[in-house]
Amino acid sequence: MTFGRGLRALSIASAMLIIGAFALVFFYAPNDADQGFIQKIFYVHVPMAIVALCGFVAGGIYAIRHLRSGDRADDLRSYVAIHISLVLAVGVLITGSIWARAAWGHWWVWDEPTLVSFLIVFLLYACYQPLRFSIEDPERQARYASVFAIVAGAFVPLNFMAVRMAESLAHPRVLSTTGGAMPGDMRLTFFVALVGMACLFVTLWKYELASKSASIQLRSLKRRLAGDHALAPLSRSAAPQEL
Amino acid sequence: MPALPLDDAGPYVAAAYLVFFALILVYVSIMATKLGRIEREIGELSELVEERQSEHAPEEERV
Repeated sequence: MTFGRGLRALSIASAMLIIGAFALVFFYAPNDADQGFIQKIFYVHVPMAIVALCGFVAGGIYAIRHLRSGDRADDLRSYVAIHISLVLAVGVLITGSIWARAAWGHWWVWDEPTLVSFLIVFLLYACYQPLRFSIEDPERQARYASVFAIVAGAFVPLNFMAVRMAESLAHPRVLSTTGGAMPGDMRLTFFVALVGMACLFVTLWKYELASKSASIQLRSLKRRLAGDHALAPLSRSAAPQEL
Repeated sequence: MPALPLDDAGPYVAAAYLVFFALILVYVSIMATKLGRIEREIGELSELVEERQSEHAPEEERV
């Protein structure tokens, strides 16, 4: 199984899109009339949030595929998607706090549904790795983790819709039919940043998949060549160790 | 709250973008460490194959 196919082109595309997006942010998109220069954080914070949430949902979709087919590669895909989404979610929380401090004067606002709901999603997925680590048998680990990923993945869009229906106190709405009316140059910059972030996610996802798959295959090859006695027994790990 | 002047907003914007780049850098560094481990394991595997070949070579010469 080759996970690294097309990685070179994808890496170049990601780098170009991210550089292009940030060039648009600072040299093309105008300053926001209300928030001024501080609104530039929007172009890194919101795409990261959208891609992280989509990554969590993708993890759930691969988990469904794993439960349907029993293919361990789908468990690996789900695990890596959730792992990278968690990294991005950390970035969303930190950049969001910086923006909140500059715009509202507070690092965190507890009565704001958008912020708290994202924190809940983050904390929910923070349980994913400890759950995997707590199960020693690889077969059970993959199965239970898939069930978790499906339930949590279904929670993400439900949570998103609930937040949409709630009354927002301070956090702006970006993608909506009535609100979020960005001027054309801001909208273009935002969509380039979003595509760049999505491309970066897929690149990192494929990199990690290729790395994990290579480790697993190497270990299996070593076992076949040298026998089980030559290798230390598999230590407990949150990551899938078999394909 | 009124918009922050550019001098005050600049450090916040820089901090947010630095967080993004730092996260990517840390992630890539971890991936590079793992790549180093894979490279080392491939080296061990090559040594193992060479040992096997040298073990089988005298037998083939006798035949």
